[in-house]
Amino acid sequence: MTTVKELPVQDWFESGHTACPGCGGAMTVRIAMKVLGPRTVVYMPASCLLIFSDMYPLNAFRVPSLQVLFETSAICASGIKRALKRLGKDDVTVVAFAGDGGTADIGLQALSGAAERNEDILYICYDNEAYMNTGIQRSGTTPYGAWTTTTPLGPQPEGRGKAEFKKDVPRILIAHDVPYVATASLGFPADLLKKLEKAKAKKGFRYLHVLAPCPVGWRTDSEKTVDLAKSAVETGIFTLMEYEDGVFRISREPRFTPVRDYLSAQGRFKHLTDEQVASVERWIKEKWERDLALARALGPKPAVAQAPSGR
Amino acid sequence: MIETKAPAKGIRRMVTGDYAAAWGAMVSRPQVIAAYPITPQTMIIEHLAEFLASGKLDAEMMHVESEHSAMSAVIAAEATGVRTYTATSSQGLSLMHEPLFVAPPMHLPIVMSVVNRTVAAPLGIWVEHNDTMPQRDTGWMQVYVEDAQEALDMVLQGYRIAEHPDVELPIMVCMDAFLVSHTIESVDLPSQDAADAFLPPFTPVHAYLDPDRPLVLGAASPPEYIQEVRWETDARMRRASEVLEDVDRKFAKAFGRGYGGAFEAYRLEDAEVGLITLGTVTSTAREVVDLLRGRGEKVGLLKLRSFRPFPTERLREATAHLRAVGVYDRAVSYGVGGPTYVEVRNALYDTHNVPVLGFLAGLGGRDVTFADVELMFQKMTAAAARGRRAGGVSWIGTRGVTP
Repeated sequence: MTTVKELPVQDWFESGHTACPGCGGAMTVRIAMKVLGPRTVVYMPASCLLIFSDMYPLNAFRVPSLQVLFETSAICASGIKRALKRLGKDDVTVVAFAGDGGTADIGLQALSGAAERNEDILYICYDNEAYMNTGIQRSGTTPYGAWTTTTPLGPQPEGRGKAEFKKDVPRILIAHDVPYVATASLGFPADLLKKLEKAKAKKGFRYLHVLAPCPVGWRTDSEKTVDLAKSAVETGIFTLMEYEDGVFRISREPRFTPVRDYLSAQGRFKHLTDEQVASVERWIKEKWERDLALARALGPKPAVAQAPSGR
Repeated sequence: MIETKAPAKGIRRMVTGDYAAAWGAMVSRPQVIAAYPITPQTMIIEHLAEFLASGKLDAEMMHVESEHSAMSAVIAAEATGVRTYTATSSQGLSLMHEPLFVAPPMHLPIVMSVVNRTVAAPLGIWVEHNDTMPQRDTGWMQVYVEDAQEALDMVLQGYRIAEHPDVELPIMVCMDAFLVSHTIESVDLPSQDAADAFLPPFTPVHAYLDPDRPLVLGAASPPEYIQEVRWETDARMRRASEVLEDVDRKFAKAFGRGYGGAFEAYRLEDAEVGLITLGTVTSTAREVVDLLRGRGEKVGLLKLRSFRPFPTERLREATAHLRAVGVYDRAVSYGVGGPTYVEVRNALYDTHNVPVLGFLAGLGGRDVTFADVELMFQKMTAAAARGRRAGGVSWIGTRGVTP
């Protein structure tokens, strides 16, 4: 396994792109491309990534890339791979980089279809928990209570910000029983690298969901991106897990540090009442119990005990 | 169809239009096929799946989750650098509307059979051109066919036209629901050798995704660049007119049958009034022309095949002598008339001083009868006597409406 120090100096997603300082999406793509390397074709939907990496005549990728539409990441990556197979270039990795809106909401149908057909693609969702490119609108993966431009704050002390909890896309993909589903965080680069390498090596449909903080949308300072990504895991609000060939494993047990600290560090949660924070705490507890239940149900099967011989 | 002297190069079988289209697709050797089922397109995909299962067809076939994905998949595959095929109908085409716009500026010569069907509401599965006509501004070429043989031949011709270096635009081969798709006709099914001789393998020139020669496709662009992309796409559509004529001539030479390119004129040379039709109504109108000619009436017919590119120049020449022009439409642009009527009036405005009449009939798949077509000719003859301002739109065969 490659360690962070062993990562190649060579970038396949170059500096000079126009992402905001501290962009979790750009960091995700840069690290992923270091692992995926030159034998890669990239698909990206209409997204922050497209705008900051591929605004003609500028281009940050050293590998071929395609953009068709917002909701077509999974299907276009599949179409590329099928064509490459016909061209005798089956060795080329086809990766789709899409945000949470393009994945959890408008792109979910195509994502599900590609997963069901077990298309030989790697789909990486960089989850910044809102539609950031269009100006911080709520998405299916925006957490409960978060301020966005479409979940503005009203005069009422409760029910301010997003009323619903985060959609669990990895669990939807696990239900498709694909070869590989994993979550990762920019706060745990060794875990991220391990998962990227596994995902690259496997055949069939692979899904990686990376928590990628957005300083603009989260209302945080740009140097806090990695700290927040780490804190999200330690509080238990974001679980690091892996579903590999039918086996579910929790990658890291949270320390359950107070979620209040994680929330208060971000402008988008600044308004939360004590009751709302308590709701988040309850949600974390329930989610963790569900994660444990999944690990029990889908965890490594104990070796079948040898049946006693007939004597 | 215009028979020529070249010998037929295939086997003759009784098949449906859908089978014919599937055969045309198979012998064109697409590398990736993606589709989603919708009546009355389904048999095309079923037959392709059978050809694949029996080993007659060698391709990647993607049974995807929607028409939106079917179009997106063939766009991505074509962008990677292989020949692709898909087919749809009606609501499926409506769902494809968004991705349709992506292919033309990106130089992706996709071929798609579209079985023309009513678009809801009300829901109907029978023929109407209200699915394809609204797609006219997407940059796709559109050819309307009359029978199963033409549905097959235009798939083969379609690749030659679409992949021509002067064109590199996608094309829809539009065929009427049931009247073509499900009607069993005697069709000459070209052999693979004959198809290969006519259609060379596809080599992408401007669009491919290859790590050995990296290229960005579909980049975002600021206003400094997009207008040139629009102009360039428009220029290719204009160039397509000549290519379409040339490919039909070459096809006729190779297979012994041609279709006249953008349109086929029938008894039009010495006619006083001429009716323009699209699709299967042409067969009915041809009979009516013979009938009226038998009575000494100077009527003629123009079977319009290419709606995009629109054959403005040729149409002006072919109709220059007419005293009235009628245009049949199986689609309506509410409050205006039929889309073909609007196009024809626009094309003739600078050069013709005669009435142009629009006829709406057969909507939702209603039969268009001999009497309906005869009435169209009567109205054209009456308008010819009254001059240019006598044009207008009539609903023919509509309950409670006097045409």
